[in-house]
Amino acid sequence: MTTRILEGLGRLYIWLLLAFLYLPIIIMALMSFNVSPFYQLPFEWTTEWYASLWQNDQLIAATWNSIEIAVITTLICTVLGSAASLALYRYDFRGKRFLQALLFPPIAIPWLITGTAMLIFFFGVGIGRGLFAILLGHVALALPYVIVVVSARLQTFAPELEEAARSLGANQWQVTSRVTLPWIMPGVIAGGLFAFAVSFDQFVVSYFLSTPGQTTLPVEIYAAIRKGFTPEINAVSTIIIVVSMALMLLTARFFKFGGEK
Amino acid sequence: MAGVQVSNVSRSFGAHKALDDVSIDFADGGFYALLGPSGSGKTTLLRQVAGFDFPDSGRISIGGESVERVPVEKRRIGMVFQNYALFPNMSVADNVAFGLSVRGEAKAVIASEVQRALDLVQLGKLGGRRPHQLSGGQRQRVALARAIVTKPRVLLLDEPLGALDKALRVDMQIELKRIQREIGITTIFVTHDQEEALTMSDRIGILRDGRLVQEGPPEEIYDQPKSEFAATFLGDANIFRGESTGNGIKLPDGTAIAAGAGAKLAAGAKASCAVRPERIRIATDVEAQDAANANMLKGQVSKRIFAGNNSTYFVERGGQTLKVIVQNTGIDRLAEGQDVVLRWAPESTVLIATS
Repeated sequence: MTTRILEGLGRLYIWLLLAFLYLPIIIMALMSFNVSPFYQLPFEWTTEWYASLWQNDQLIAATWNSIEIAVITTLICTVLGSAASLALYRYDFRGKRFLQALLFPPIAIPWLITGTAMLIFFFGVGIGRGLFAILLGHVALALPYVIVVVSARLQTFAPELEEAARSLGANQWQVTSRVTLPWIMPGVIAGGLFAFAVSFDQFVVSYFLSTPGQTTLPVEIYAAIRKGFTPEINAVSTIIIVVSMALMLLTARFFKFGGEK
Repeated sequence: MAGVQVSNVSRSFGAHKALDDVSIDFADGGFYALLGPSGSGKTTLLRQVAGFDFPDSGRISIGGESVERVPVEKRRIGMVFQNYALFPNMSVADNVAFGLSVRGEAKAVIASEVQRALDLVQLGKLGGRRPHQLSGGQRQRVALARAIVTKPRVLLLDEPLGALDKALRVDMQIELKRIQREIGITTIFVTHDQEEALTMSDRIGILRDGRLVQEGPPEEIYDQPKSEFAATFLGDANIFRGESTGNGIKLPDGTAIAAGAGAKLAAGAKASCAVRPERIRIATDVEAQDAANANMLKGQVSKRIFAGNNSTYFVERGGQTLKVIVQNTGIDRLAEGQDVVLRWAPESTVLIATS
C-alpha cells in the first residue's frame, strides 16, 4: 500500500518536473500554429507565421550565418579538440596538469564576461566586429567542451590496445587512425554536437561581436522582439528548438550508448 | 625464428631498480618461463625484449642482431597481453589480419594467412565474430593467432592465462604448448604461477627484486634449488637452518641432518637444508631401522589437510612446523596430536649456503 503511494508520488513528481521544463516551450510551439497573434483562444490552426517567416530575408540571412558559423566552429573544434585530447592523454610534459585545470574555467565563466573580454581583446588586436570575430569567439567557447568530452572517452581506452597495435608493426599514424580514433569516435561526435549547440545557441558573445547588418539568428531574434513581437518569432523559435533537441538527443545517444562495452 | 640474448641488462625507474644486471640466453625454439613474485622485474624484462621500453645499460639481441634501441614496431615480435588487448572495433578476422594489413600485404595473402592462423588455434569458423561475443578462452586463442600470423621471430606472453579459470587454464596450457611446438617459435612466458612454469617450459628463470636468482630446466630448479627463495617459491619446501658440517647441517639443538653425497660446504658456515614435503616419510614406529632414509626427526601431528589423492600433515618439531605430503594409499591415516617420526634420505636433502 505505502509502496504504491510512494510510486504514485514519484511518478507525479517526474511529470511535474517535465511540465516545468517543457510547458512553456510546448505553449510557444502551439502558438506558432495559432491564427491569433496575441495568444487568443480558441486555437485555430495556421501555418501563416511559418510562411511569412520564409519572406523575412533578414531572418533567413541570419539563420544561414548561424548555420555556417556553427558548422565551421564544429569542424575546427572537433579536429583541434581531439588532437589536444590525444596529446594530453599520451604525453607527459611540464605543466600538463595546470593546462588541464585551465580548460575548465572558461566553461564556468559567464558568457557576458567572456564576450566583453573578447570584444575588448579583438578591438585591441585589430580584428573588427563581424562574422569572422563571431567565429573566433565561438571556437574559443566550444573548444573546452570538445576536449573535456573526448578526454572523458579516452579515459575508457585501454592503453594495451595501442601497445598491441605497435607490437604488430603499426606505426604511430596507423595506431591512431585504426585503433585509437575508432574507439574515441563516439566522444568526438558527441563533442562536435556540443560544439555545434554552443555555437548555434550562442547569444551573448555573438551580440557583442556582431555588426547590425551581419549577425546570427539568436541576435536577430532579439532585435526583432525589441522592434515588436510577432508570432514569426514563435515559429523560428520552434524550429530552433526542434533542431537543438534533435542534436542533444543525438549527443546523448552517442555519448552514452556509443561504442562497445 | 631466432634465439634471444639478454646481456647485463639494467633498468631503473627513479630510485627503483626494476632490473639489475640480468643476463639470460633464450635458446632458439625454446619455451622459457620467467617466474617471480609481483615486482620482481619479470614483466619489465619482457617489455625490454619486446621493445616497449629500452634498458639503461646492457645488450639485447634477437637472432644475433642488436635490438636494444629498436622500437617495438620494428622488432618483428609477437606478443600476447594479459587481458588479450583485442581491438573491440574489429571482427576476429580483422584483429588477426591487423599485423599483415599494416605491412601492406595483398588482400588474398592476408585472407589465406588469417584463415590458417585461425585454423591453427581451432577458431576457423569464428572469423566474423566480434571480440565481445567470445568466451575468455576464445579471446585468448584470437590473441595468439594475431600474434603469430605475422611470423614473428619471438613470441612474448605476458601472463596470458591469468584471467582464465582453473580448468580452462589447464586446457590452454596444453593447447599453447602444442601450437608452440608446431611452429617451433622461441617463446618467453611471464607468469607468477609456479605450476604453469613447471609444466609448460623447457627452462625457467626465477627473478626476485630485479635480479635473476636461478635459471635452468624445471627439474633442476625444483630438485637443486640454490637458495631458500628458489626452494620455497618454486614448489613447497621445509627449510632447516643451522651450521654446516661439510655435507649437511647441525641444527641449533645438535640434531644432524645429512645432505646428498655431492653436497659440499665449508664446515662451520651458516647453512640451510631444503627438503620437499613429498620426500618425507611419516611413521609412528620410533624404533624401526631405515638405512636408506637416514635423516630422522621426532614430532607431533598438529593438523592434517585431506585433499583426496593426498594428505598434507603439519608436524610440530622444536618450534618449527614441517609439512609432509602423503599419497592416499588407504592406510596409515594419522590423527592430529599423534607422536610421529619423520624420515627422509640424504639424497632428498639440498644443502644451501646462506648469508
